[in-house]
Amino acid sequence: MAHGPAEGITRWLYTTNHKDIGTLYLWFSFAMFLTGGFFAMVIRAELFQPGVQLVQPEFFIQMTTMHGLVMVFGAIMPAFVGLANWMIPMMIGAPDMALPRMNNLSFWILPFAFAILISTLFMEGGGPNFGWTFYAPLSTTYAPDSVNYFIFAVHIMGASSIMGSINIIATVMNMRAPGMTYMKMPLFVWTWLITAFLLVAVMPVLAGAVTMMLMDINFGTSFFNAAGGGDPVLFQHVFWFFGHPEVYIIILPAFGVVSQIIPTFSRKPLFGYSSMVYATAAIAFLSFVVWAHHMFTVGMPIAGELYFMYATMLIAVPTGVKVFNWITTMYRGAITYETPMLFCIAFVILFTFGGFTGLMLSVAAADIQYHDTYFVVAHFHYVMVAGAVFSGTAAVYYWLPKWCGRMYDETMGKLQFWLAFIAFNITFMPQHFLGLAGMPRRYADYGLQFADWNMVSSVGAFLYGGAQILFLYNVVRTIMHGEPVKEAKVWEGAEGLEWLVPTPAPYHTFTKPPVVISGAAGEDEWSISGATPHVAFKASPEAG
Amino acid sequence: MSEEKYYVPEQSALPIFCATAMGVMAFGAANWVIDGGDGKIFLVGLALMTIVMYKWWSLVIEENMQGLVSPQLKHSYVLGMLWFIFSEVMFFAAFFGALFYVRVFVNAWIGGEASVALFDSTPTDAATANNDILWPGYERQWPVMETPDQAVNGDEAIFKGPDKNMSLPLWEYPASQWFSKLYTLLPWLPLWNTVILLSSSFTVHFAHMALKEGNRNVFLRYLGITVILGFFFLCLQVAEYYEAYVHYGLTLQSGIYGTTFFMLTGFHGAHVTLGTGMLLIQLIRGLKGHFSHEDQFGFEAASWYWHFVDVVWLGLFIVVYIFG
Ligand code: HEM
Ligand SMILES: [Cu+2]
Repeated sequence: MAHGPAEGITRWLYTTNHKDIGTLYLWFSFAMFLTGGFFAMVIRAELFQPGVQLVQPEFFIQMTTMHGLVMVFGAIMPAFVGLANWMIPMMIGAPDMALPRMNNLSFWILPFAFAILISTLFMEGGGPNFGWTFYAPLSTTYAPDSVNYFIFAVHIMGASSIMGSINIIATVMNMRAPGMTYMKMPLFVWTWLITAFLLVAVMPVLAGAVTMMLMDINFGTSFFNAAGGGDPVLFQHVFWFFGHPEVYIIILPAFGVVSQIIPTFSRKPLFGYSSMVYATAAIAFLSFVVWAHHMFTVGMPIAGELYFMYATMLIAVPTGVKVFNWITTMYRGAITYETPMLFCIAFVILFTFGGFTGLMLSVAAADIQYHDTYFVVAHFHYVMVAGAVFSGTAAVYYWLPKWCGRMYDETMGKLQFWLAFIAFNITFMPQHFLGLAGMPRRYADYGLQFADWNMVSSVGAFLYGGAQILFLYNVVRTIMHGEPVKEAKVWEGAEGLEWLVPTPAPYHTFTKPPVVISGAAGEDEWSISGATPHVAFKASPEAG
Repeated sequence: MSEEKYYVPEQSALPIFCATAMGVMAFGAANWVIDGGDGKIFLVGLALMTIVMYKWWSLVIEENMQGLVSPQLKHSYVLGMLWFIFSEVMFFAAFFGALFYVRVFVNAWIGGEASVALFDSTPTDAATANNDILWPGYERQWPVMETPDQAVNGDEAIFKGPDKNMSLPLWEYPASQWFSKLYTLLPWLPLWNTVILLSSSFTVHFAHMALKEGNRNVFLRYLGITVILGFFFLCLQVAEYYEAYVHYGLTLQSGIYGTTFFMLTGFHGAHVTLGTGMLLIQLIRGLKGHFSHEDQFGFEAASWYWHFVDVVWLGLFIVVYIFG
């Protein structure tokens, strides 16, 4: 086995190292985050004032479509896969991911998939113009030719996700150090295990959906065409059977991150560890049976409306369990407010807010009013941006010192946090009001009565974009000339195997399984927050 | 335990070439289906993919022969294969689900019936409007022999139903005659396909037993029979498709019945092809003496896949053919 990283570019191209691959995922996702962010800036610039100013409606809708696709599949998902790659093997005492070559393959598919997807913008007839949910027949009968590139891009990125998640499942099930039983795993590992299961279950369904589209467009089938006996609504069912679990695929790893960070900066074990695990599993299970809450206005039998309404509301219960556990963890803790903690506290507040708007939307009768308005846009940005993106940012600040052995600039981190927090709310809070007042989503123009809040929202969006540049600057500065950190345990209150290995983490963390000692947590030992009885691990990391 | 060393493979150029091949294939496939494009790019990607796959599998087999594959890694392979099969199950679930939804709900709604009796049997306004306004004259039916398009536009219709379908021939007769008409099942291909595929599941199992007992010749014989049965199945399916296209007027374009019929059986057939290929490779490896009675993962993985394909067929046989 090679002791250190290979020299030159092949280190990145041919790597089988989980840390290298994690780094690749993270940088790729950040690049996509900026790309998707650029599309968002185009959208908000156009919506700054009523009337059509900057871009034509045809292009505007391509921007909203691409923004959604790139952010969901290119930015958020790969970011958490990157974190999984870096952290899971370190957290469970594994030498690497279970299937390292497939790991490399999963990553390198993504640049190809997104190159194909983004190139559609420059094709004849334009790029996908049917929204990120690509409803038929907009995406079939009335779609531009480039939809075929979109379909195959989705196919290969789905293959990437499936392989990536199989790898995570195999790693967690098979590579845990002796003594690392399931109920002692850090929550980040747990949430990822369940997320990976969701991915293996629903990515193939997405593949099925785009395959049906492909056939309808090119080979004369009639899945989504009532003339032949099919139904466009069938598309929505298949899509949302994938789509709703997908939103939990996005948020569950974020829950995991928050469950790691809050105990650290509260200097208390996580409250209710096992209830967190069960709540995660319950959410995952429920996410399979609520999909049609996205379709309340499509014309379902009343029994369907009722069922999907109540089932959806049920999800608020395990979600509530999690929120209360985080709050109780902080309760009477010796809290300090470093940047990762600030992002996590904001996460808890804003995600809960988004959960409540979700609950409003789940009322079928009320949703007839809210559906396809900016209220929905506000809802899902509260859960996806203040939820997933905030927690991803928190994770980067939290683990960056461990990754590169250098400390970020705390002042700049806090500055970025406050800028992001305020700008986020300026951007999306007004969209609730716009939606309730009836402004529909996905239009380039709007009535004059919506002008003020739209301008506010656009200003917020530009500020939020600026905060990301600050983030990039802070991270790059840290890697290049941050203050060196030597302690294995970078944060005073941090617990877990990853804080026992040297800082920066060696290229190969473990060459032998770490030794497990049962007993009280002590000096060189480590206990998993909240797990009872306390079980300590003694790591015997060997660099190289 | 702490004595044990972890195995981590060296870096490898294979994955990124594989990713490149996938990218070229994806781009090429899209280019191919669009008017004015052609399949050249796709074929380049496919060629690259074939080379990469060959190299990759050879490498894995080579590593295995050299004893580099630790029991732990082997278990990772097992998990990988099982979860891959699970993802395949979900892929088929999407198509079975689509069939279910169309048959049970959509068909009723377009036909002006409420929905399923389970919920409510009185037609709602929406359902009757569906029929009265959009598709007048369409009657709920499965298999859909006359599409809504035909009901409205007659011969002008774009989507025309088939002349004949693939369902159990007995349905054409009243129940009292079923017994006496049993002979009509004899020339019914799906029945033979079921027999073939089911027996192949047994033969592959016998092969496995023989391998475990270290009985190489029996193993090879049963595995060979399995591959031949798989091949037979595919031949019969080709015959069936020929029959459908040429004599039944049943094509991919013949409305939702043709759509679901060909997509479900087609994807299944594609998986049988893949499974037969996998088993064939295992047969060749077996002939070369690659397996021992405790090391047989490659064969086991292929046989699990084969059993999975078999179970899907049973689902198809019941849903698409018998109650088709
Ligand atoms: C308590 C939990 C939640 C409930 C009850 C809930 C409920 C809903 C409902 C009913 C809708 C459909 C609104 C409509 O289109 O009229 C919706 C939309 C949406 N939700 Fe949630 N939600 C919850 C949490 C989440 C989470 C955690 C995420 C993602 C991280 C999320 C992401 C989305 C997205 C992306 C959409 C919009 C999809 C689209 O039409 O583009 N939701 N939610
Ligand atoms: Cu949902």
